[in-house]
Amino acid sequence: MMSMGMTTPLAGYLLVAAMLFAIGLAGALVRRNAILVLIGIELMLNAANLNLIAFWRYGPHPEALTGMMIAIFSIAVAAAEAAVGLGLVIAIHRHTDTTELDKINRMKG
Amino acid sequence: MTPVFYLLAALALGGGLAAVLLKHLVHCALATTVAFAGLALLFLQLDAQFAGFAQILVYIGAVAILIVFAILLTRGSDLPKDGVFSRSWFIGLVIAAGVFAVLAWAVLESVRAVPQQMAVPVVSVHDIGNALVGRYVLPLEIVALLLTAATIGAVIVAMHEKERRP
Repeated sequence: MMSMGMTTPLAGYLLVAAMLFAIGLAGALVRRNAILVLIGIELMLNAANLNLIAFWRYGPHPEALTGMMIAIFSIAVAAAEAAVGLGLVIAIHRHTDTTELDKINRMKG
Repeated sequence: MTPVFYLLAALALGGGLAAVLLKHLVHCALATTVAFAGLALLFLQLDAQFAGFAQILVYIGAVAILIVFAILLTRGSDLPKDGVFSRSWFIGLVIAAGVFAVLAWAVLESVRAVPQQMAVPVVSVHDIGNALVGRYVLPLEIVALLLTAATIGAVIVAMHEKERRP
């Protein structure tokens, strides 16, 4: 039986990942809100995961599971990053009453 | 390229674009969830069932909920008066477009060098479990430590302080 994934070339997945990475980067660079910047970073991490999975799927030794494992560990690290990042955003909001990055302009707490 | 692939790619990219462009933060969080779901379906399309379901559980189940909580706790649902995009938005857009151009150029240049068709890998969850506690046991332990440290760190950082700055 032919899987549906067989007919899509690797380059298709890589292009989608590149587009998603660019969208995430644009989100992290152009938005004012700190939470939106974190969302952009998450999108970039997801694009990297898509690359890892695609290379695992089309690589010469998928049974070694290397790319899949890196993707799973990357998902776990991204979850930790999101928890700490959003905790920081909440702490900054308590100190300065804003999450607008343009207005957070001093290091003193 | 199959129609299913186009559909899932459109779901992921449309969700991502909406998350970056929408004004209302809650709508952005929902659009992010759509993008995460589209990516999970792309993982399933790539025959990576375990990673796909892990993506659904971790991103849609945990990260999206965390983002919604953060938006509600910081009163992010109020629209800012002076626009949602920063003053230097044009430079950011140019940088993102440049990065995409370089990545797309690299992918299209190497189309002939990488294999485009491969047999479906036969990998069961049993194999993944064996690999996790066998060859990858040290990274697994480090990730466990990292998650514990991150949980404690997030609680300490966001914990309520005694005195509040006037």
